[in-house]
Amino acid sequence: METIVFSLLNGTIYGLLLFMLSSGLTLIFSMMGVLNFAHASFYMLGAYCAYTIMGVTNFWLALLLAPILVGAVGMGVERWGLRKVHANGHVAELLFTFGLAYLIDEVVKIIWGRTSVNYKVPESLDFTLFTLYGSNYPAYRIFILFVSIFMLVSLWYLLKKTRVGLIIQAALTHPHMVGHLGHNVPLVFMGVFGAGCALAGLAGVIGGNYFITDPAMAVQMGPIVFVVVVVGGLGSLEGAFVAAMLIGILQTSAVSINASFADIFGFLGMTATSEVGGITIASLAPMLPFLMLVLILIVKPTGLMGDREV
Amino acid sequence: MTNIKRAVLAATVSVVALASAATADVKIAFIDPLSGPFGPSGDAAFTSYKLAFEKLNAAGGLNGEQVELTGYDNKISPKESLVQLQKAIDSGVRYVFQGNGSSVSAAIIDAVSKHNARNPGEEVLFLNYAAVTPAFTNEACSFWHFRFDAHADMKMNAITDYILARGDINKVYLIGQDYVFGEAVAAAAVKQLGEKNSAIEIVGNELHPLGKVKDFTPYIQKIQSSGAQAVITGNWGQDMVLLVKAAADSGLTIPFLTFYGGSVGAVAALGEGAMGTLYQVNEGITNLEASPEQYALIEEYKDRFPDYDYYYHRAFLAVDMLKAAAEKAGSTDPIAVANALEGLSINGAYGPITMRAEDHQAQQNLYISTVSDDVKYGVDNIKLGWKLVDGGSVSAASAEEPTTCKMERP
Amino acid sequence: MTEVSINPAALGPTASAKFRERVLPFILFGMVLVAIPFFGPSRTTMTLLNHIGINIVFALSYNMLLGRAGLLSFGHAVYLGLGGYFCVHILNWIDAADGGFWGNLPVFSMPIFGFAMGAAAGAVIGWPSCKRAGTAFAMISLGVAELMSAGAFMFDSLFGGEMGISGDRMAGPDFLGLSLGPLADVYWFIAFWTFFGVVAMFAFTRTPLGKLSEATRDNPERVQFIGYNPTRVRYLVFIFAGAFAGMAGGMSSVQDEIFTPENLSLIPSGAILIAAYVGGIRYFSGPIMGAIVMTYMGSNLSDYTAGWLLYLGLMFICVVMFVPDGIAGLVFGFWRGVRSPNRSEVFGKWAWQVSGVVLMIVSIIIIVEVAFRWSDGYGEVFEPFGLALSHTSILTWILAFVPLAAGVVLMRHAAAKYEEA
Repeated sequence: METIVFSLLNGTIYGLLLFMLSSGLTLIFSMMGVLNFAHASFYMLGAYCAYTIMGVTNFWLALLLAPILVGAVGMGVERWGLRKVHANGHVAELLFTFGLAYLIDEVVKIIWGRTSVNYKVPESLDFTLFTLYGSNYPAYRIFILFVSIFMLVSLWYLLKKTRVGLIIQAALTHPHMVGHLGHNVPLVFMGVFGAGCALAGLAGVIGGNYFITDPAMAVQMGPIVFVVVVVGGLGSLEGAFVAAMLIGILQTSAVSINASFADIFGFLGMTATSEVGGITIASLAPMLPFLMLVLILIVKPTGLMGDREV
Repeated sequence: MTNIKRAVLAATVSVVALASAATADVKIAFIDPLSGPFGPSGDAAFTSYKLAFEKLNAAGGLNGEQVELTGYDNKISPKESLVQLQKAIDSGVRYVFQGNGSSVSAAIIDAVSKHNARNPGEEVLFLNYAAVTPAFTNEACSFWHFRFDAHADMKMNAITDYILARGDINKVYLIGQDYVFGEAVAAAAVKQLGEKNSAIEIVGNELHPLGKVKDFTPYIQKIQSSGAQAVITGNWGQDMVLLVKAAADSGLTIPFLTFYGGSVGAVAALGEGAMGTLYQVNEGITNLEASPEQYALIEEYKDRFPDYDYYYHRAFLAVDMLKAAAEKAGSTDPIAVANALEGLSINGAYGPITMRAEDHQAQQNLYISTVSDDVKYGVDNIKLGWKLVDGGSVSAASAEEPTTCKMERP
Repeated sequence: MTEVSINPAALGPTASAKFRERVLPFILFGMVLVAIPFFGPSRTTMTLLNHIGINIVFALSYNMLLGRAGLLSFGHAVYLGLGGYFCVHILNWIDAADGGFWGNLPVFSMPIFGFAMGAAAGAVIGWPSCKRAGTAFAMISLGVAELMSAGAFMFDSLFGGEMGISGDRMAGPDFLGLSLGPLADVYWFIAFWTFFGVVAMFAFTRTPLGKLSEATRDNPERVQFIGYNPTRVRYLVFIFAGAFAGMAGGMSSVQDEIFTPENLSLIPSGAILIAAYVGGIRYFSGPIMGAIVMTYMGSNLSDYTAGWLLYLGLMFICVVMFVPDGIAGLVFGFWRGVRSPNRSEVFGKWAWQVSGVVLMIVSIIIIVEVAFRWSDGYGEVFEPFGLALSHTSILTWILAFVPLAAGVVLMRHAAAKYEEA
């Protein structure tokens, strides 16, 4: 029971972080058709910027400024990089962001060093909120939960209830039509790209000290974010949300399951000493998202809730 | 922070010439992770060697020859290590230091043996200062490999004896990294606890991926719900720090009996909570009684490298032994030095150290320590530091383990 | 209106053109390979050359997908890795064998087994992935790569866990008097298989399947109209690409004697993507040039500057943005320019562009190197040609940004002046 509660709680937080990252990517991907390989690099930039800003001022200012900074970098990338490559087709755009990811990794190493930085949870949030089944629950995790939900609600409000949101939604599905109607589509693209990067930056600010802030964080997070977007379905924020929660909870709870293949398939005569039988569900955790990705793409290429093929 | 970057940068650019190149006679390679999750572990050792070789060069060098130490970043990958090893050998290196990661050491032992068989007259020695999988000085022993750290069975012996002596621990949880070393630690714990006292129950035995876990909370929650009264772990580097950090966050305050609780940042991650919960077993801690020269060395190291603490005592021991062996052999030729190292005994700051000839395993005193605020030297730039526990001193003779090594000599 | 009859044969290249374009380069390539050892390369150079050979085959096999069939893969290292793993296992079987098939098998034949394993892996993994092209294919390849490298840690007897699996290339009988112990022996082994691989892959582009793969890349619908199944064409090409990657794996198993699960991961796949693209995916020889440049940079540039990966990333981005034809495009463009009738005008344009690019490169190098030294806090100063450039001096920043600005101006000028040309 306690295992289930903890897995759900931690899985939800991880899932929400994933969603914050992938919501931006989904917006960018479905509007511009660009699978932004460097998206997780913006997540990393967010964490590092927050670390630096926090060193000078405090965490709350970092929470505000770092995403704006990252968003501005994102807009610059769109304006002077991506837009130029756009004419060469989607593969060139994909490769551009792929190279950009390399570049950001290296720049981060130049500025902040090759090993992890000590980006700490702010002291005002560093306490035990409650005790559950004899285990302390840190307040910062609940803070992540609240920030994510707040972001989720504001994003939903922005997209569904405002005029800007209406244009973005229209551009998601019918970019040409929106252009014909006289809207400045390149500006919308730039704005969305920047906003998507800012969301990734925000995820970095609150995720960087929850996990660890090091130059490998982009490489580790990047592929999983793709999985969320593709599994959720193109152009579908709801799909991305479902996929993010699914992967978050699945990965977190898999770690807490001790059962091995031998326990599950024991009736087939599999023993725990054999190589396959000795594999535990816990050790499968890192593979699960990618298994999902491959299966979804083969079985249902539109993703869980999308209506367009990748 | 700048120190890490500085050393790493210098290492990757391979410009770390300790003596000027013109006078360098002996080239020595240091192959270990200098970036990534285990970067601080490799770098802390690298800085220790740097200081040790500087002192060696200032005191006349290795049998009169100046030494040039070069760092190679292997990113903890066995394949990358072999690429770097090849690069080092191609540039004339005859001695290789490595320690972080038994998976890497196994590859280097293998590669060095092959190289020496294929290139007679250009032999290379592998001086292992930290990879403690027992096999390297047992069934997989090699003439070209010398180990300056006590292996996992020896350290586990000290830990299990300590558990029995305490008498208040009946349920232990084993957690380790999923590779040859983590497996060896778990196997040693299961075997020794079973033989020594079958009343002690192992309530969990878990391996996690090496260097990839960012949040150990699920593992900690498993430990909590298992009702364990102590955790035994061989984790090191980032895996050690994040494990105890998650434990502190979740309020798990049972003893952690570790091999590498001294990993950079682990004590700081736990803070006051480390006192009486974090234990380590190693070959010496700064707060032991020692000579003034040793205290001066500890302070000089801290002064030069403020990000780290004097931790790799065995790095200094290894350099001292190398020096003694070269002088005994009257040469810096690897084979002559290897023969001289066999059976060699010198006096270290915390007791004598002997290189056992039959398996090339160093025999030295072991010390079990825990964190205390009543110490001469703190670590991680806070006032907490390591202090010997009661009855925590294990003499070299009682730490010694038999070997199954059948050494093939050239 | 008179009937114009065209003799198809007359449209084709002449015999001498065929020889010049299809045979001569390979003869030259072979001669270079044979000649290299006579210059007495050092051990370091030998190791570098061996890695270049492996990467040439790997990059060419990658380009069968990206350049020829238009399939962007992020998981090509999976096939190199599987082929290599298989060969390392065979090395161990040879070592353990006492006579019999394995006991008599020369290690020289490893790439054949790598080829077979790569083909088998391509056949299995390619079946589901080749149903789609474009981004879906790229995503599946990414998923497969991550899946394989994560899954490899689970089967220690096959992949060896963190430790990987290592073998001994000196096992088994000698072949052609090569014990494969010394690096010089390994060089001949690598040279032979590199040559074989390059010729075989060039031959593949001349087969109907090779031609069809290009047609499928350009217009899958039309391919379908003329009666071929694009999925099937992609699938077959995929198998061959996997096979040649596996062959490179076999070569690597002899050179490095070790394979670890990270060999299957995204990182080596990404590296070969960069190598092939920077070299130029539209030319057969592009990936060869890319492999040479990238391997050299990875091995030697890292000795001079800590920022070599940054330069690599910058170079890749520049190629994507401004030179989609890569190094090969530049080389062949130069060759065409030299032979074109309005040579002087072309040269004039180049002069502007080259000086612009050189100025920009100079300032980028100054910025990067100064930034590196500034950030490491070591107090070290960048001193090109005895000129001390500290980050506190105004001169440094003038030298850093003035050439950049000048370069941009030159490029714009060149673009405007020769726009009509």
